[in-house]
Amino acid sequence: MAAAELVKSKRDYSLVGESSKRAIETGLASAEWYHTEVPRKVMKELMQRSDGPAIRDTIIWIAAILGSAAGAVLFWGTWWCVPFFLVYGVLYASSSDSRWHECGHGTAFKTQWMNDAVYQIASFMQMRNPVTWRWSHARHHTDTIIVGRDAEIAVMRPPDLLRAALAFTGLLDFRFSLPILVRNAFGYLSPDEKDFIPESEQPKAVAAARWHMAIYAATIALALYMWSFLPLMLIGLPRLFGTWHMVLTGLLQHIGLADNVTDHRLNTRTVYMNPISRFIYWNMNYHVEHHMFPMVPYHALPKLHEIIRHDLPAPSPSMWHAYKEVWPVLMKQLRYEDHFLKRDLPPTAKPYRGEFHDLTIAAAAE
Amino acid sequence: MAEWIEACAADDIDEEDVIRFDHGGRTFAIYRSPDDEYFATDGLCTHEKVHLADGLVMDDIIECPKHNGRFNYKTGEAKRPPVCVDLRTYPVRVEAGKVLIQVG
Repeated sequence: MAAAELVKSKRDYSLVGESSKRAIETGLASAEWYHTEVPRKVMKELMQRSDGPAIRDTIIWIAAILGSAAGAVLFWGTWWCVPFFLVYGVLYASSSDSRWHECGHGTAFKTQWMNDAVYQIASFMQMRNPVTWRWSHARHHTDTIIVGRDAEIAVMRPPDLLRAALAFTGLLDFRFSLPILVRNAFGYLSPDEKDFIPESEQPKAVAAARWHMAIYAATIALALYMWSFLPLMLIGLPRLFGTWHMVLTGLLQHIGLADNVTDHRLNTRTVYMNPISRFIYWNMNYHVEHHMFPMVPYHALPKLHEIIRHDLPAPSPSMWHAYKEVWPVLMKQLRYEDHFLKRDLPPTAKPYRGEFHDLTIAAAAE
Repeated sequence: MAEWIEACAADDIDEEDVIRFDHGGRTFAIYRSPDDEYFATDGLCTHEKVHLADGLVMDDIIECPKHNGRFNYKTGEAKRPPVCVDLRTYPVRVEAGKVLIQVG
């Protein structure tokens, strides 16, 4: 019994458990976070909304989806359909994550119905309840990587590496996301969901899940009618073969960094990426910048990065460098879950709260 | 008894913008609309108590800087999740280049 208690994880990631209570008691929940100082006029300019970039990108996105789907259908039954499905899968299951994200914030387009329309479509592609995830993401921004408060911590401590690896296959989406939608469609919300979705919004979560299930039921019916997997390869199953890019880029947002700190410079990572990944990811590689200033649209994040980089840790030069840096941290966390990657702030950075920085960094920042 | 308080000079606020005004232990947001009218609301978002003065004014909308919730700052109406609770508004008048708000 005592041994079992010794190996038990100290972190309780449930949103209604001990860590949650502790975060509230200690003021970590809904805390005030560090922000780099940016003059109001500059920030106002960065926050400005525009339909142009998102309309351009959405036209390219939809054209690429339809084009790859057409190729996959045309060559269905031959090996030539494989490359088309590989492209289609990434567009369906990975790029929809960033569209869901940006349109959920309401910053991608200036015109709100466009944000709402793309948000609903992308949520479906992501197999996510659009209501539940809107609220879970609000919580993620309130309490980023605060244990017991943040509903979107991708890799918990100690890390479950098998689970992280399986995430690349999309299997976990079927294992978790689909049953959640089914449960929601039957009118049931978990205690965690009830914790972050206001009561007035909960019926909307049930209604959204029912719409999603209706589309899946229609797709299955069509597949049975055609006696072909093709409809399922176009709707639903791309979550299995196209999720890898979303996981590849998304895991890097916070993995291996500090938890329970109220400074995004310490728990969030900016990574330089190639232009194709940045298109798929809609510039969310500038993730410290996004968390610090969620009002800034994706197309203005590179400019924001240039303005505030003097106050941020050096960005990872590439995804390869970032994973290379993270791997030994994860290995150590298997034995010692409190271990994490300390971010070095540049000498020009302003230190925030001393307890988050060791003396050397604080001295360097002075 | 509600009293009129001088909040700022009219030209302290840019057109289509907002500033923060603290008074008596409370915080307010003072807006200047694109039509050059002035409005006032409670200064903190009803969702997570974030200062709205750091947000973005677009026409008659104020967007919260933390979660992108939206209010109509003229009426206080909550317009976009995650805000669900309306914002309290206050009467405003401009006299001799000063913005006054009636707090009660």
